[in-house]
Amino acid sequence: MDMITSRESLTAAYNAAKGELALRCTDQHDINSAKKDILCCGGTGCHASNSQELIANLRKLIKENGLENDVRVIQTGCFGFCAQGPIVKIMPDNVFYVQVTPDDAKEIVESHIMGKKLVERLLYVEPLLKERIHDYAKMSFYAKQMRISLRNCGLIDPERIEEYVAAEGYQALAKCLFDMTPEQVVTEVLNSGICGRGGAGFPTGLKWKIAAGVKTDEKYIVCNADEGDPGAFMDRSIMEGDPNSIIEAMSIGAYAIGAKRGLVYIRAEYPLAVSRLQIAIDQARKCGLLGDNVLGTGFSFDIDIKLGAGAFVCGEETALIHSMEGQRGEPTTKPPFPANIGGGYWGCSTNVNNVETYASIPMIIRKGASWYNQIGNWKAEWDENGNFKRTISGSAGTKVFALAGQINNVGLVEVPMGTTLREIIFEIGGGVSGGREFKAVQTGGPSGGCITKENLDTPIDYGNLAKIGSIMGSGGMIVLSDKDCMPAMAKFYLDFTRDESCGKCTPCRIGTRRMLEMLEKICDGTGTEKMLDELESLARTITDTALCGLGQTAPNPILSTLRYFRDEYLAHVRDKKCPAGTCPKLYTLTITDACIGCTKCKRNCPVGAITGEIKQKHVIDPAKCIKCGACIDGCPKKAIVKG
Amino acid sequence: MCCNKLSEGAAAKFAELDEFIAGLNIDRDDERRRGRLIQVLHRAQAIFGYLPREVQIHVAGKLYLSEAQVSGVVSFYNYFTTEPKGKYKIDVCLGTACYVKGSEKVLSEIERVLGIKADTNPTSDGLFSISALRCVGACGLAPVMMVNGKVYGKVTPAKAVEIIKQYKELG
Repeated sequence: MDMITSRESLTAAYNAAKGELALRCTDQHDINSAKKDILCCGGTGCHASNSQELIANLRKLIKENGLENDVRVIQTGCFGFCAQGPIVKIMPDNVFYVQVTPDDAKEIVESHIMGKKLVERLLYVEPLLKERIHDYAKMSFYAKQMRISLRNCGLIDPERIEEYVAAEGYQALAKCLFDMTPEQVVTEVLNSGICGRGGAGFPTGLKWKIAAGVKTDEKYIVCNADEGDPGAFMDRSIMEGDPNSIIEAMSIGAYAIGAKRGLVYIRAEYPLAVSRLQIAIDQARKCGLLGDNVLGTGFSFDIDIKLGAGAFVCGEETALIHSMEGQRGEPTTKPPFPANIGGGYWGCSTNVNNVETYASIPMIIRKGASWYNQIGNWKAEWDENGNFKRTISGSAGTKVFALAGQINNVGLVEVPMGTTLREIIFEIGGGVSGGREFKAVQTGGPSGGCITKENLDTPIDYGNLAKIGSIMGSGGMIVLSDKDCMPAMAKFYLDFTRDESCGKCTPCRIGTRRMLEMLEKICDGTGTEKMLDELESLARTITDTALCGLGQTAPNPILSTLRYFRDEYLAHVRDKKCPAGTCPKLYTLTITDACIGCTKCKRNCPVGAITGEIKQKHVIDPAKCIKCGACIDGCPKKAIVKG
Repeated sequence: MCCNKLSEGAAAKFAELDEFIAGLNIDRDDERRRGRLIQVLHRAQAIFGYLPREVQIHVAGKLYLSEAQVSGVVSFYNYFTTEPKGKYKIDVCLGTACYVKGSEKVLSEIERVLGIKADTNPTSDGLFSISALRCVGACGLAPVMMVNGKVYGKVTPAKAVEIIKQYKELG
């Protein structure tokens, strides 16, 4: 791409590039079109399911058949529908194929591209209608979504800045630099109502206002891409699918607060995201959108990548800053806040926002605060100048959730704030997998809590989630069924926070260990009723006394499961039973008289705990049994029971 | 932390690391030189496969930091390891999505079959080591395991044993 040195040259670049997306931005179903774009998901999930090989096969076949002038194969970012990956979308036909293997390339090219005939077997089966549909917009997974921060994921090639420019990229930056003062940018973001999407939900505009108010020569703007909540992967998808939106948003933020340098702190566990972001930064530098004198305005800004090294606590902003300085990622008490002099990177005033927050910023600037704050269920009080004063209720904009666990449509979904959990889980998510019964959904990861059936109709926003004992967090949603044990889930999270505690403050370092020990006893059947009260009291003490967010929220999974599932805890300590049947010490496996002596269980058993002759009832030796369940899965007569 | 483990081609590896560090233009008098430490350790681990004490001491010298500062950082972060890994590094995801889909059972079956525990020394033949990690972000494929970075999705204990068998045959 040519150098972009002025607003005019950006417009020229847009005009030159917009044709790139012409086939892709249409509602038509034009299967007869000779020109086609085949969009293939190149996100981490689909990568793991051989999407690379699929893309290579498609390209090869297109070439072999002499179609390369009309048909392009484009590797895009994540479509969000990870359960059905690898995804292939053909435009302008608006046909959406799911679970496509490298071998399917031949049929797609021969039948669809050349024969203009749908490959029926690769179409998605809509569970509600029980029929195969080809239109993306009609799929219940997508119909209720509103994709703002994910707008370009699955649409553009993330490794070509031309396509981002074609999708009106960098127009928001130009609008800021030419038409707005830094104060106006801050006000616009404040009035949009957007709050930090990384977890705590602090108003982004307010954060920018505080940072802008600090008078100093050296200021930093940081993108927190240390997505640590296991089960949340929206930040990864955005960086892999639309890295330029982060660069543009950080540039806008830098202009608003007066920073010249930006840093992206990213997990080393996300190699694909790191490489895509680096490509985007290099391309932006090359065409002058990063560096000195951006768009000829005198504004200078550049971005460096800082790799993390695997520490959950580094999602906390003071810990993150220490890690970027090459230290142990330990948090410090606030104040000083990072925006204060003495509180940020090398003691300089620093503003930290999350990836998803940044991804929304260009749209807020382009379409205006009043467009964004109409989305969602936000009610606010405004001052005489029409500027934001305080939030009355609800939240503005959209939020991306990562649906995982016992749910049919695992994936990323972006919905307006105020959408209910029922809509997300049962309509978009397609309900609980395996026909099981819904029990709870854990939001906010290890810092959050569980939400039960009773609260399924609560509109989701920051305030409402806090009211029912959970948090928004980064947007992880783990769906649990009747086969999941709640004390064991709490134990799982405590094992995580105990592991990830940085060890600096006592309540967190020792407290998480003590809580975990109690939970282990409860799940082993050696717990007592008194222990539940002790656990609760210790949990509350840690909430009140730990140094940083990690420790303060570590007891949340315990407090919330105790609040909603106390009977399940009581069953463990009083009756020594695990109602969900997952705590291995609290059940034995036995073979009933339904056994036909097929010997399958005996062969499946990895430890040789099952004995019995062919056509005779088999027996499990409880001393040898490791309760792996391999016998249950293999039994044709369902003759093996937990009890 | 035996020095012998490093002997094979160690000089060339140190030279490669030194070349990388030289490119960073570390200034002894710049207090911000420390900001390069994690970046250098990433590179060192990529070169050596792990960060034994002598590599840490070497890095400390090159960055004008104390050994304690380097060791403090290495021991803090999960990504850094001070023990060598097997030829085939098996990672089992214990993130929440994988956990509720039964990854714990996958891990214990792998541990049982190989006779080693996660995050300890490799098997005696040096072929395999196991790590438990938190979320690779492929939650749609849960439960997930990786062998030298190749992702295997929707793994069952039996499938995991099959995968290990394939690598064992490769030797």
